Amino acid sequence: MAIKLPIYMDYHATTPVDPRVLETMLPYFSTEFGNAASRNHPFGWAAEEAVDKARKQIADLIGANAKEIVFTSGATESDNLAIKGAAEMYREKGNHIITCVTEHKAVIDTCKRLEKEGYRVTYLPVHKDGRISLDELKAAISDKTILITIMMANNEIGVLQPIGEIGAIAKEKGILFHTDAVQAVGKVPFNVNDLKVDMASISAHKMYGPKGVGALYVRRRNPRVLLAPIIDGGGHERGMRSGTLNVPGIVGFGKAAELCRQDMATESERLRGLRDYLNEKLHKNLDELYINGSMEHRLPHNLNISFAYVEGESLLMGINDVAVSSGSACTSASLEPSYVLKALGAGDDLAHSSIRFGLGRWTTKEEVDYVADKLTNVVSRLRDMSPLYELAKEGVDLSTMQWQTEGH
Amino acid sequence: MRVYFDYNATTPLATEVRDAIVRAMDDVYGNASSVHHFGQQAKAAIDDARSAVAALINADASEIVFTSGGTESDNFAIRGAAEAIEPTGRRHLIASAIEHEAVLNTLKALSRRGWQTTLLAVEQSGIVSPDRLREAMTKETALVSVMHANNEIGTVQPIAELAEIAHANGALMHTDAVQSLGKIAVDVRALGVDLLSLSAHKFNGPKGTGALWIKRGTRMMPTMTGGKHERNRRAGTENVPAIVGLGIAARLAVNKLTSESDRLARLRDRLEDGILQGVGGTAINGVRSPRVPNTTNISFDRVEAESLLIALDLEGIAVSTGSACSSGTLEPSHVLRAMGLPAHRTQNSLRFSLGSLSTDEEVDRVIEVLPRLVEKLRGLTRKTVSA
Repeated sequence: MAIKLPIYMDYHATTPVDPRVLETMLPYFSTEFGNAASRNHPFGWAAEEAVDKARKQIADLIGANAKEIVFTSGATESDNLAIKGAAEMYREKGNHIITCVTEHKAVIDTCKRLEKEGYRVTYLPVHKDGRISLDELKAAISDKTILITIMMANNEIGVLQPIGEIGAIAKEKGILFHTDAVQAVGKVPFNVNDLKVDMASISAHKMYGPKGVGALYVRRRNPRVLLAPIIDGGGHERGMRSGTLNVPGIVGFGKAAELCRQDMATESERLRGLRDYLNEKLHKNLDELYINGSMEHRLPHNLNISFAYVEGESLLMGINDVAVSSGSACTSASLEPSYVLKALGAGDDLAHSSIRFGLGRWTTKEEVDYVADKLTNVVSRLRDMSPLYELAKEGVDLSTMQWQTEGH
Repeated sequence: MRVYFDYNATTPLATEVRDAIVRAMDDVYGNASSVHHFGQQAKAAIDDARSAVAALINADASEIVFTSGGTESDNFAIRGAAEAIEPTGRRHLIASAIEHEAVLNTLKALSRRGWQTTLLAVEQSGIVSPDRLREAMTKETALVSVMHANNEIGTVQPIAELAEIAHANGALMHTDAVQSLGKIAVDVRALGVDLLSLSAHKFNGPKGTGALWIKRGTRMMPTMTGGKHERNRRAGTENVPAIVGLGIAARLAVNKLTSESDRLARLRDRLEDGILQGVGGTAINGVRSPRVPNTTNISFDRVEAESLLIALDLEGIAVSTGSACSSGTLEPSHVLRAMGLPAHRTQNSLRFSLGSLSTDEEVDRVIEVLPRLVEKLRGLTRKTVSA
């Protein structure tokens, strides 16, 4: 079968909308156009009913109650609402927040903003495997700590944090626990009660739903979490998030959640097989590859590899019929090396020559073969032109080399 | 016949908009921040829509920041400007008392954080008087927020004049143009404002997207943090298909603004005259002009608005008492109260708002049905009273 180019292997950045999802959205783009807040006529009732159904579908996927789902415009907003909302609401209790250096920008930048407003933030380091240390987490907790926010799965390296253990620690200390679960939900089992999570950010467009819609799970019992809204107005979503509900988007989100729930077990095994096959094939063909982050604690559809002795930009140009990313999509337009890889201890060179492979629902074995072969060719060609690779192969330790620079 | 006369709550998608969204959902699925083919394709689609929205309000494309809708735009405008201005020592905000909840409740949230706020009462006309704004301005005023057209009664505010007063005192001017866009001409330069909110789903675009126009040079603190999207002004993966839809809706609005607003004004006036003539004890709330062409708000003496709504619904006619956000609360309209209307009129008024699919037949149907329904309800009231 001929392969359709370019190949999309960037499912962590975003996913195509599943045709079955789009199908369920269509009526809400035409006849069912009501405002879900219109309580006085059938146009509004139909919209509200559709929203309620989706709320249930999403709650079911994460083991929550439908009333605990707050719809937002996406995970960035969910992260903002969870962190700013809790910080403001629990200010009297304390002003300390614990997070980690490899979080998504939506968490890091929000924490930085709060630091300007007088909050204290601890950014836990990660080990070489990309995971935080529970002992360091415990040591960071003080009586002023009001919130721990640690992501379930990293968007660049796919590494899974020990969320259940973090949840247990937070619960024991009476501290709220938020997790950015964007990359994990719908892909691996995620249950808010098993993991003792108080808040969780989810995004539809990372799980074959539409862009522009997401949710924040907000625990209602034991403890009942209260949040100061960051978007005020008509008091939608139990007062936590105002604004006319994006009915078609929410309907699509609900269907996407239902499909993920049905297919998760088989689909994650299929993708794990393909991912491992890609990894093995690359390792068979090429040397000097460095996998970034733990392979054991990792999303089944993620692979992040640094190709030593090639230049990142040339590498991406060489494989321009394969859509992959060399870092989070949100920062990929900048030339800064990935802060996630640097946090793992990777040097700038290895960070720049890294590629994130995100496999997904429409990834085929043929595509994986194509990508592996293409990379093998391009990396080999680039290395043939690289004096550094040549020196390394001759056994020269490059880290001890004295580089001569022109002295201006 | 099902009659939908609640276009100020939300509007159906234009067919062209729907087709463009569905196409984008199928084909343009990249993340606009990605450097590869799929990402660049998404970025190009967004840029195209940005130009279309800019053209609709006579702005530069670089001044348009996409948001999740009108409520977020209002929050962003007020909080973002307030936070940026705060270091200068200005800590006073002014808005009209007839603003949408998105503005009123944002002011309330800021007042809990130590901001001074003033709400301007309006005349019975439903128009904000420039004199009242002049009196309310202080050296501390950071921002004035007055909506372009009111969502409940449709009156159009003298924004250019109000903006001049705000600027003379060194304050910024924001206008919520959610209800005026697509109904009357909206020109940011002519209005003389610094910030303008708009929402796609109020003019045949999709729900879940809107924009804030930020005049070049205006200092704003982003309220949504976490990435370099929208020139560092609003973080979050762009809602590409919806933004594409907003762009198409903007182009359609530009093309048929005059013809469509004439058509709606004629329908609305016929509806209004029909009701005033056919049903005794009725009155229009607010002035007839200046007003957006699609809206009328009418009080019915000796009738509970909620009962009339239900009766109309049983006839297949969808209208509302006021904003969708406050529907079902039985609270009297804050807009009608701010206009100083007597208590009974704040409880017995209905909003009829027309739009793209409204027809003469629908107007006829409402005019035909209403007298009977009102008579019946008034009869019930009399019986209850005499019992």
